[in-house]
Amino acid sequence: MSSLATHLPVLQVVVPLLTAPLVFMLRQHGLAWAATTAASLCAFAVAIELSTAARGGATLVYEVGAWPAPYGIELVVDAFSALLLLMVTGASVFALLIARRSLEAEIPEQRLHLFYAAWLLALAGLSGIVVAGDAFNIFVFMEISALATYVLVAGGPRRQALPAVFRYLVMGTIGATFYLIGVGLIYMMTGTLNIADMEMRIRDVSDLRPVLVAGGFITVGLALKAAVFPLHAWLPNAYTYAPNAVTVFIAACSTKVSLYVLLRFDFVVFQGNQAGHVAQFAMFMLPLAIFAIVIASILALREANLKRMLAYSSVAQIGYILFGAGLVSATGLTGGIAHMFNHALAKGALFLAVACLATSLSATAVSDLAGAARRMPFTMAAFVIAGLSLIGIPGTAGFIGKWFIVVAALEHGVAGALLILPVLAGSLIAVLYIWRVVESAYSSPAGDMATRQEAPLPMLATLWFVVLLNVYFGLQPSLPLDLARSAAARLLLP
Amino acid sequence: MELLGLYNYWVFPVLLMTGLYAIMSRANLIKKLIGLSMFQAAVFLLYITMDKIEGGTAPILQAGNPEQLYSNPLPQVLILTAIVVGIATLALGLAIVVRISETYGTIEEDEIQGQDAE
Repeated sequence: MSSLATHLPVLQVVVPLLTAPLVFMLRQHGLAWAATTAASLCAFAVAIELSTAARGGATLVYEVGAWPAPYGIELVVDAFSALLLLMVTGASVFALLIARRSLEAEIPEQRLHLFYAAWLLALAGLSGIVVAGDAFNIFVFMEISALATYVLVAGGPRRQALPAVFRYLVMGTIGATFYLIGVGLIYMMTGTLNIADMEMRIRDVSDLRPVLVAGGFITVGLALKAAVFPLHAWLPNAYTYAPNAVTVFIAACSTKVSLYVLLRFDFVVFQGNQAGHVAQFAMFMLPLAIFAIVIASILALREANLKRMLAYSSVAQIGYILFGAGLVSATGLTGGIAHMFNHALAKGALFLAVACLATSLSATAVSDLAGAARRMPFTMAAFVIAGLSLIGIPGTAGFIGKWFIVVAALEHGVAGALLILPVLAGSLIAVLYIWRVVESAYSSPAGDMATRQEAPLPMLATLWFVVLLNVYFGLQPSLPLDLARSAAARLLLP
Repeated sequence: MELLGLYNYWVFPVLLMTGLYAIMSRANLIKKLIGLSMFQAAVFLLYITMDKIEGGTAPILQAGNPEQLYSNPLPQVLILTAIVVGIATLALGLAIVVRISETYGTIEEDEIQGQDAE
């Protein structure tokens, strides 16, 4: 057993990667779904095991093929990556639990097994980015996950999915290529691709200008992949026109994985080696974060389409995470990292609710939801609780991260207090846009909306489980907070 | 002479920006993909250039000549992977363009947007 435990970091990637071709050959929908879900559950179990170890303060290092780093490829799992692994694999499991019913309605049956194979590749790629300790491997896994995600999004039932995915493909490729340029420049100066090794070797580099340029390319490239405002243009339509189950999966984790790589590079590789990097990072990121919070929230408020409204809200939430990170303090980073996890829970639950709504409503616009609460009372109740978590009401998961971010800003005195205003404004606007949905859904029904027709029980059970997780982690936040605290402590210089 | 010696490093940003400009300025989706390919090819050039040293050959140990100069093979291997990734991206992009052409009957971005706005 102990020998298996040492291989956990690589199993995280290998299990979904090897199941994908198997699923490709299973032509029957039920079997393909079962195999995909089983592989996802395995990956989730591995992530739980790894996070338990990481919570105890351990950093697991795995040398692929037993070649020692920096020559070999190294996989590293610490508190930060463990938290991300929990999000990625958890999002995959919960999205798959509703995917069976949800995808049947959206994808032709003869293509479903291909679709599940792409899903597993996306899962393998995202997990791979998180565990990789090597900059070039991150690029390869990034492209595996991105290519698979384009396929998943293009499976959307409406034709607008195609232009949306084309734009996603172009912008995603530009982002990844920028990242590749940055990695190349660092390799040119240091001769290494291992992230931990880079940090050591940059200290001996005499001409730091290429490293500065690399920092710019990597930061902008990853910001594009993470949909940091104003580079978010690909996100709203991709989320809107993707199949509902896919939206649950990618909205919960894919942008956060890019943010994770961004924070890793900016804090581990560049922070200690470049004079004034911290100030540069803060001056660059804080305004973007504030614009993201305010402008994306306003766009969400004005948006008629329910899924696109939630997508704009995601852009705003990425702003919160960056805001916490941009404060460059232990509290701020803890808040930002914890908010990654908590936002994944809240937004995952909201998109699960949208998938449930879609089983008996054809409406896509907020204004067409009139009477939805009468037709689907349990789904709408879950939507309301998840919405409260998104807003950040105390007692729900969404509150924890925002609270830490506010406290961290107040540590900076008057300037911090001023910075807090847009953050609070963003939350107030969130109240408004969630309220629009609630008001519409609980208003008096029109036509046949009064007859009750709930989502299938397995979907409803999954939705409520995630909603209750929102409440559980709101009252009992020690798991994400412990991991976020030790992640923040490792990112910041002593 | 110095300027010419750095020829590849001058061409790299020119190619990169030409590709990016094509992506942004063209409405035709195929032309956008051509731009994307140029954009990626520029990065291949950057990697391939950095490993070259004057007089360097393939990294094969020759009997009687332990001092043999060789080019660093690692960036070439990395770029082999990146080329494969680029091909996959281009293939997927073209497949999407085919489906766009089937559903919309056009591959001009403004016409597609016009049809969706209706």
